[in-house]
Amino acid sequence: MSELKQSGIDSFKHNIKSAFKSFASSFLRSGKPTSDRSRAAAVFNNFFLHVQGVKTHINTLRPAYTLGLGLISFFLLIITIISGVLLMVYYSPSIEHAYNSVKDINFVVFAGRLIRNMHKWAGEGMIIFVLLHMARVFYTSSYKNGRQFNWVIGLALLILTFGINLSGYMLPWDQLSYWALVIVANIIQSPKELTDSLGITGFFDIGGFSKELFLGGLTAGKESLTRVYLLHIMLLPIFLFIFLGVHFWRIRKDGGLTKPDVFEPKAIDAALIALPEKKGGIFPANKTYGLMELAHGKTPVVDRDVENTVLSWPNLLIAEAALFVLCLAGVIVYSFFIDAPLKELANPMIPENPAKAPWYFLGLQELLSYSAFMGGVGLPGLALLGLGLIPYLDREEQHLGIWFSNKQGKRVAIESLIASALVIIGLLAFVINFGWFRSWWPNVPQLLITLINPGNIWVGFMILWSVYVIKKTGSTRMGAIALFTMFLISYLIYTYVGTELRGPNWDFFWSRSEWPIH
Amino acid sequence: MSNEAHEKAEISRRDFLGLASLGAAVISSLTVLTGVLRMFKPNVRYEESTKFKIGKAEDFPEGTVKKLDERGLFIFSKDDGLYAISAVCTHLGCIVNQTDWGFQCPCHGSRYNEHGKVIAGPAPRNLDWHEISKTVDGILEVDTAKSVPAGTKFKLYA
Repeated sequence: MSELKQSGIDSFKHNIKSAFKSFASSFLRSGKPTSDRSRAAAVFNNFFLHVQGVKTHINTLRPAYTLGLGLISFFLLIITIISGVLLMVYYSPSIEHAYNSVKDINFVVFAGRLIRNMHKWAGEGMIIFVLLHMARVFYTSSYKNGRQFNWVIGLALLILTFGINLSGYMLPWDQLSYWALVIVANIIQSPKELTDSLGITGFFDIGGFSKELFLGGLTAGKESLTRVYLLHIMLLPIFLFIFLGVHFWRIRKDGGLTKPDVFEPKAIDAALIALPEKKGGIFPANKTYGLMELAHGKTPVVDRDVENTVLSWPNLLIAEAALFVLCLAGVIVYSFFIDAPLKELANPMIPENPAKAPWYFLGLQELLSYSAFMGGVGLPGLALLGLGLIPYLDREEQHLGIWFSNKQGKRVAIESLIASALVIIGLLAFVINFGWFRSWWPNVPQLLITLINPGNIWVGFMILWSVYVIKKTGSTRMGAIALFTMFLISYLIYTYVGTELRGPNWDFFWSRSEWPIH
Repeated sequence: MSNEAHEKAEISRRDFLGLASLGAAVISSLTVLTGVLRMFKPNVRYEESTKFKIGKAEDFPEGTVKKLDERGLFIFSKDDGLYAISAVCTHLGCIVNQTDWGFQCPCHGSRYNEHGKVIAGPAPRNLDWHEISKTVDGILEVDTAKSVPAGTKFKLYA
């Protein structure tokens, strides 16, 4: 009996001594990643890592292929989540206190300004990097071969990124917030422009109804701020996380990122890959590729695993960690030197002149200055529809995973770039110099302007040009390249014009220094 | 032929019950969804009344223009009467500024003439004219929820 007790106490002592070790091994079930087997286990046994494959294709690790754009977008999202939760400690979502609480965050709270800047710039950075990521995915044909729907999910993520940024800058309740809220509410109401023209607003006022739901009333006030806050911190993020989860999961199910059909490793790849000591690979040695693993010498398969893949741990994870550190450092440095704007307290009586949205919406603002409905609802909707349809209208499966597909693709992209730049600049120059229908015939019916305005003409040109390219090259992929290139260029040019060349009263000025003083 | 049609029209009890319960599920879900959407439309709006008093007629001497900032309204006083023109741009709701030739919107560049008629820019409609009426106590009242045709004036001595 006493002997039994003795051994019970002994094993208890032993358990105490090894408590940390056994905790650690329960935590990291596969042990230290010292062998290929445990390195593989480290990835697939880990909840956070298992969305990635145990092995990664060398092509995926090449920085020049992905440019790390999707990952950067994701890391920026993580930075906005952490900084956003910190901002919620002091922010108060009511029209009486919102502005003062943001001022407190900026001027009183310890590190508040840095955190707010990081939140703002990481959020805006997401817009840039999500767009660039989309361009990378597009130009490497990565929306094909089973990935069609993931492209659509990516579009949803792009919209959510814009939506979260938009709802975010409405929260400080400064002049920008208030007038953005008013303008967005009126864009939501803008189908009225169409129903008015058709004379059916009386019994089908979809615009007015949506506006009231968004604002929680007829005018921008406290109910509106509560709703925008709810959108910004809860509704849109929930959708963002769900779509992001599906986005990542589908990449994994599609076998990782795209790669060229014919892949030849280059000598330069070796610099990217840390090769662990080979101690019993995870593939049995009686398989041919297992033998190849073991072979030494100057053959192309030396030190590489099956089908040009390497273990994700450490190769992929080190690259990811490095990129994250770079992102964080970039955001911190940028936020340290450049402050997020905060204007005067919201004043419902006087809009600023010019009342400009943040830069990423100024292209749309230019289109809005042609027609509220087309610029705010019609054309963005059409653009998203067009982008969403790309994988379904272009189903050619050649040249996957190659930037611009081939030489012809590069030429089409450059030609479309030049053609679209000329047409947009021409349209802009025309509108700026001569105005549009309303300036010539003040009594022109609004429906005519809604249907024929410079924005619509531009979109019509994009469609015609793409069809022309398809006809000329006999390839839908080339048409898609033309369309997407023109979309990017128009976003760029319109944004530039809206940001730099438009001044008070949305008049044209060559530079900010020419703005009238008043 | 008629026999075939007759057979097609027949539906088994199992299918009927299945379809009926599916239909019931869809209808009740839509009802719930409508209720949830209805919840977003507030029953009480904590907003200022659209109907308000602007003062006595004597407060608006002939030949003057008064801007009521808080109401987004211009009150013009001319020899043939008073009239109220909304300062809210019909494009996207910014507040227009008065100029020598009419009104100018700072947001997207809409221009209106002195009577609020669109002369340039993206505004789809002319500026609203609101009715001015006299209450029993002799004070003038405006309701910005109600528009009147352009040119409707409040005749002081009619």
